[in-house]
Amino acid sequence: MSSSLERHKYDVLVIGAGGAGLRAAVEAREAGLKVAIICKSLFGKAHTVMAEGGAAASMGNANSNDNWQVHFRDTMRGGKFLNHYRMAELHAKESPDRIWELEMWGALFDRTKEGKISQRNFGGHEYPRLAHVGDRTGLELIRTMQQRIVALQQKDARDHGDAESFIKVFAELTITDILKENGKVAGAYGYYRETGADVLFEAPAVVIATGGVGKTFKITSNSWEGTGDGHALALKAGANLKDMEFLQFHPTGMVWPPSVRGILVTESVRGEGGILTNSLGERFMFKYIPDVFKDKYADNEEEADRWYTDQDNNRRPPELLPRDEVARAINSEVKAGRGTEHGGVFLDVSKRIPADVIKKRLPSMWHQFYELAGVDITKEAMEVGPTCHYVMGGVDVEPDNAAAIGVPGLFAAGEVAGGMHGSNRLGGNSLSDLLVFGRRAGMGAAEYVKNNSANPVSQSTIDTAAARIEAPFKRTGGENPYALHQELQEVTHNLVGIIRTKSELDDAIVKIADIRRRSASVTVQGDRKFNPGFHLAFDLDNMLLVAESTAKSAVLREESRGGHTRDDFPGMNSTWRQVNHISSFDGTQVNVAKKPLPALPKELFDLFDPHELEKYMTPEEMSKGGSN
Amino acid sequence: MARKLKLRIWRGDSTSGGLKDVTVDVNEGEVVLDVIHRVQAEQMGDLAVRWNCKAGKCGSCSMEINGKPRLACMTQCASFDEDETITITPLRAFPVIKDLVTDVSFNYKKAMEIPAFEPPVGMKPGEPRMEQIDVERSQEFRKCIECFLCQNTCHVIRDHEENKKSFAGPRFFIRIAELDMHPLDILRNRKKTAQEEHGLGLCNITKCCTEVCPEHIRITDNAIIPMKERVVDQKYDPVRWLGSKIRKREGIL
Repeated sequence: MSSSLERHKYDVLVIGAGGAGLRAAVEAREAGLKVAIICKSLFGKAHTVMAEGGAAASMGNANSNDNWQVHFRDTMRGGKFLNHYRMAELHAKESPDRIWELEMWGALFDRTKEGKISQRNFGGHEYPRLAHVGDRTGLELIRTMQQRIVALQQKDARDHGDAESFIKVFAELTITDILKENGKVAGAYGYYRETGADVLFEAPAVVIATGGVGKTFKITSNSWEGTGDGHALALKAGANLKDMEFLQFHPTGMVWPPSVRGILVTESVRGEGGILTNSLGERFMFKYIPDVFKDKYADNEEEADRWYTDQDNNRRPPELLPRDEVARAINSEVKAGRGTEHGGVFLDVSKRIPADVIKKRLPSMWHQFYELAGVDITKEAMEVGPTCHYVMGGVDVEPDNAAAIGVPGLFAAGEVAGGMHGSNRLGGNSLSDLLVFGRRAGMGAAEYVKNNSANPVSQSTIDTAAARIEAPFKRTGGENPYALHQELQEVTHNLVGIIRTKSELDDAIVKIADIRRRSASVTVQGDRKFNPGFHLAFDLDNMLLVAESTAKSAVLREESRGGHTRDDFPGMNSTWRQVNHISSFDGTQVNVAKKPLPALPKELFDLFDPHELEKYMTPEEMSKGGSN
Repeated sequence: MARKLKLRIWRGDSTSGGLKDVTVDVNEGEVVLDVIHRVQAEQMGDLAVRWNCKAGKCGSCSMEINGKPRLACMTQCASFDEDETITITPLRAFPVIKDLVTDVSFNYKKAMEIPAFEPPVGMKPGEPRMEQIDVERSQEFRKCIECFLCQNTCHVIRDHEENKKSFAGPRFFIRIAELDMHPLDILRNRKKTAQEEHGLGLCNITKCCTEVCPEHIRITDNAIIPMKERVVDQKYDPVRWLGSKIRKREGIL
């Protein structure tokens, strides 16, 4: 089979065609390199299209008090100070340029009265900060990037006679292994989903931009693509994952009907004035304002309502607390028996905003509820509950160039990279993260390629990768991958979900190992041609590694912080804040070790009121006052 | 609570294929994509279907349901009679790869033929100022999720393979209209090339594309007809044609 193997050579291989991957590809191409972009589905369908609310950038268009320092502080607070400070700093500083650049590529954001890019309120952001297009901002972002790629290809066609001479998009292709030779990245191996045929990419630099892991869980806002492929590819290539215990359960997913359970209800609904109530009609979020946020959030309805028109003299409504707080609050209300008929709470805009304004500002929400649930959100409340939405953990990278630590030639950006969001991501920080670090990964890869020429892939490496793809067809009598996937989702949902305890996590680790053992013998129906069962066999392998890393990191962290809540350790612990959990893979299992979180340098430390930092840091850290 | 649903699903590839009958459980609120997934998980592990977001936002699960081009994720099973057999077939205007998956590369080729957005020379990031009312015209077309249902249903290519070469299709007419109405785009003659190079003239405004658009974009009324009208104006009114060229060159559209 290797004699007929399809082979390609590129300078940079980008795995993933969402916002981060496409931005990395643009950057690498503009540095003069040959770039291949791998899409698991069709070009332009990546999960970025699902982002609704907007992209956070302190352009200061809606409130001139905004600047990068305020955005940095909000991001660190949202992440409960477990963020890598340098990533949060770069992100806050560079986001405005990344948004403005999109406009030069044809993006059309909603406008302010002065004709600037409009910015909307969102949870955890002190000022209106999210550039948006109604509630379909992700679609605008991915389409703009897609059209930018096409524009570059058109230019290459004019200048070089071939549109694909510098950037080629490979659609519906799954990468199964990142290949290394002599300790460095040499390329990647995979198969076309359409034909099942193997394909080899030789490239000295590989950028992983594969997004998230939501499909590991039963209730998720993620599409089928969110199977942690990049997380697993990186682990198997020798890179590490950081802080995989932190998963964001978005507070508002649809809960009814069952077929749409988990589908996202954008935070913009709350940003535009939506309120949360329980079955008794109580606006319950006032009960759930944690001490660290008491000076920023209103504790009564009157003040909360005034905030929408006068933000300078009132505190924010508690519906706009960071996502982890709102998700836990909803979870508690439902557990206490104050949930709706279908196990959620009510989210209502109908009594506060005129119908035509709702349809204009939240068009796809109106459409989604009307078409899928038969609910007219201009007249009735929505039923919502938490859904697995985003993984804060991810590949351990160097902040400035997105290089994966430990594997020369490997880079990671976007959701698959860890560190930027700490223990909890603020809404709107994902789209800007994609752009800022997608670009930096493209730059990092380009810089690396300058000093590292092609690294040829050996035949034995190819043979090993090819044998792995062939394996599910050679086996007989093994289990059904669909059934194992469902079993895994039950385990993660029940035992590694929004509220965790040691005994359940221990149980999960045993069960995940058992599913992993059985998955080694899965068999698939049919042949290689566009065969979803075959595809799932590989996705399953990735999800199992991710789930193992998450469960093992979660059982070790004996505190509750952001997207990791331990029933047996309910409080935040300043000593644990200094700890990153690093997952590595030894070929058999995932091992988790502790690594110190880099301390805030003095100039960033000094951006905060010391009384605020005291709530997160140990007395020793406070007395040092920053790392230099 | 679950009831039985009768489906007739097209299975096969480019060489051969046919409709296969299958009966599957359906629960309250489920859409056609849910039952296709159940068929995959329980009866046909290798049934090929494209899908991504399952929320009508990505435009992947386009297929023909009882002969109508639709998104499977937005088609409620309850919209059919209980004893009705639902027939599910791949998009007809594109070559079948396998089962419900077709080769839609035609659309990506056409996308490559539409000249890209061109901002005013010398304009710097952060400088653009646009009125909301001016961006809304193009924003309507930028809602497109590229499900290609409009391309599939357009009889110019649905029944006439030979037209594919010279016809970009409704999806790309709205792309041209979007750029033509874009407050910052300075490229001239977009309407003219729509007519002369992308086959706008072949469209005889039967509005089939508008009917199937899951985003309810008024493709015919807001993109195709205005472009056709202005192409005619420009052809027969040299003064207006010249004026539009000058305005466009100066970037004050």
